[in-house]
Amino acid sequence: MAEERRFLSASGVPIALRRRQHSASCRELAVRGPRLQLRSLSAATSAVWLAAYGLFALCENSIVLSAAIFITLLGLIIYLHFVKIDQESLLVIGSLGIQVTSAYASGKESTTFIEMGQVKDVVINEAIHMQKVIYYLCILLQDPEDPQAVSEVVPLFQSSKPRLDCLIEVYKSCQEILEQRKTAPQSS
Amino acid sequence: MVLKVFFPSCCSSADSGILIGRWISEQNSAVILAVVHFPFIPVQVKQYLGEVQRVTKVSVSVLGSWSNSKQEKEESLSEFLEDLGTIFCHEPWIQISKEGDSKFWSCSILQKHSKNPQEEEIILVYYDQRKVMLSHLHPPLDTAGQGAEDASKLSAIFDTVARSQILFMTDRYDEGPIKLTHWQSDGVEASIIVELLKQASVPACMLLTFLLSLLSGICRSRVLKFWPLSFLWSKLSTCEQLGHRLQHLQVISSNKKAQNQNQLMRKANIFVSLLIDVALGILLMSWLYRKNRIGHLADTLIPVADHVAEELQDLLQWLMGAPAGLKMNRALDQVLGRFFLYHIHLWISYIHLLSPFIEMILWYVGLSACLGLTVALCILSDIIALLTFHIYCFYVYGARLYCLKIYGLSSLWRLFRGKKWNVLRQRVDSCSYDLDQLFIGTLLFTILLFLLPTTALYYLVFTLLRLLVVIVQGLIHLLVDLIDSLPLYSLILRLCRSYRLAAGVKFRVLEQQDGKPLRLLMQINPLSYGGVVQTYRLPTYSCYPRDSWASLCKKLFLGELIYPWKHKGDKQN
Repeated sequence: MAEERRFLSASGVPIALRRRQHSASCRELAVRGPRLQLRSLSAATSAVWLAAYGLFALCENSIVLSAAIFITLLGLIIYLHFVKIDQESLLVIGSLGIQVTSAYASGKESTTFIEMGQVKDVVINEAIHMQKVIYYLCILLQDPEDPQAVSEVVPLFQSSKPRLDCLIEVYKSCQEILEQRKTAPQSS
Repeated sequence: MVLKVFFPSCCSSADSGILIGRWISEQNSAVILAVVHFPFIPVQVKQYLGEVQRVTKVSVSVLGSWSNSKQEKEESLSEFLEDLGTIFCHEPWIQISKEGDSKFWSCSILQKHSKNPQEEEIILVYYDQRKVMLSHLHPPLDTAGQGAEDASKLSAIFDTVARSQILFMTDRYDEGPIKLTHWQSDGVEASIIVELLKQASVPACMLLTFLLSLLSGICRSRVLKFWPLSFLWSKLSTCEQLGHRLQHLQVISSNKKAQNQNQLMRKANIFVSLLIDVALGILLMSWLYRKNRIGHLADTLIPVADHVAEELQDLLQWLMGAPAGLKMNRALDQVLGRFFLYHIHLWISYIHLLSPFIEMILWYVGLSACLGLTVALCILSDIIALLTFHIYCFYVYGARLYCLKIYGLSSLWRLFRGKKWNVLRQRVDSCSYDLDQLFIGTLLFTILLFLLPTTALYYLVFTLLRLLVVIVQGLIHLLVDLIDSLPLYSLILRLCRSYRLAAGVKFRVLEQQDGKPLRLLMQINPLSYGGVVQTYRLPTYSCYPRDSWASLCKKLFLGELIYPWKHKGDKQN
């Protein structure tokens, strides 16, 4: 069963949160950011090509034009493959672990899987960024030596930066599954 | 509690039978390795499993039953499968059944001695057996040092599949009593070329070891240990590089089999690196010797050296005049300028003396490029060092003069103020001087102070030239280090067979149906390219920078000689 709700990100762009429950102990939460707009793409391309034509008018060398085309194409490919994140999703499988995926605009997916034994908790933290206070969801990893200490903090949804209302929904869904491992009999 | 069943995707279409694998009770998960088909004799199955357990040290046992019925579900078969649970007693007994071509299987568990009678949720995880067997799981880099036995639950699964290789050696054409289905049950594949190479590598390794022992014996002989020669060997970077490559060859040609993954990858990386190096070297050599380019190079070498010497002479004439409008002390200027000019004159005569032999020397030295591109680059760096030897000498003279002047000035400045450096206490103490001591000291101080700009200018100019040469040499050494330490085999493996180098796993949720267990697909998450380079970098013999920027600037200011490149074998001074 899937449901989708619209929210706003920290910078004001509209984002969508999609929740799917695959089974009693498996949930998938995906935050989708806005797609690449045609008008911003054409604006950037026209700016680069106008500059190239200006340079060509100055120095009469046609290499400038081919260089501009090459730079535009290369820049677009690099942007789509390494920079623009379309969708960030969180797959929580009780008793196996938590999987964090980022899907880029070119289709590339980068995934990290954290085993349940390493996860201490999932919390919402506050951070002071320039003049704002922003909230972010993060996974606390357990220190193998000291059960009370936290060895690492893994922040989630870094590029879409949802606001507190969206984060609370995600937090509640995660906690429902994480609580199951506390109620289940612990095996060493 | 949730029960996890790791099922190999190659057994999805296998005929009915019983499931064998390993039960990991701490994680409540069952790793299924193969399916044993009917008909079988339970005693023989137990015997076979006992043998497998003895060889692989993995506790393989019968975990449950698998029924793949093409027609309707047969009642008698399901009762028969339940009865099997009593013969091979295993807690819990897993029963998986597939109807027709349906994707959604039904799983049930039989627990006779269950403490909590509630329904257990079952998660079915499909995995690619061949890829998991061949893959090597890399722990995250910061926990690599600690004992990672219980750090990763997944490593237990990878371990189980990897160590059960002997189980996968029986295929369905074998005449044994047990019929198995696993990833290799259609026939074990092997390549003739790989087998031939393995056979040929043993005598090749022995021959190489013999040759290398001869070579290292010659290198260590007493003849080469006399003072001028040993000094020369330690200064030339070509000899360092050749020694480094010799070490590499010794590692490859050793007879011991690699103990673990790291050693195997290191051997493979060294081998591929050497191969590429020699191939590039031979390419360079063929390019140099075609159209007699090396002759042209030798012909242009003397004019270039002459040109550099002329430029230096012009520079000294400029310094002897009024450089940049500064007024120099005439007498000191003339002395230093003439001294350096005479030095350059000596150098030019020396180069002209050598000029008939240059072409022949260069021709034979160029042949050694076939030993590798790194050796050719080191030779280039050494040639640059030899050709700019006079710049190095000028730098040393200028630096020593300047250093003496600075020390003299600081000591006389202390005298000027009535203080003295106490060597015993390593601090500045006040001291009462005699009148004539003070007079001469002040005089000398004034002389040194007013001569400072001249010396400082010469020092500055020659230090800049020396730094230029050092930067060029440094770039060449950086390139040599890059070729030496890049793990090419690991990078090519990551490109072509990315499942062999795993950073972790990733799960994909497959289609679900209500009432059926959760279906997941486990795939291998390959290590990133940066991670591959960091894990499998080959160690090199040099490490820089030796000094931090602050201490470098301090040394330059005080006039101490700087040697920016440190080799691992050098002692700290």
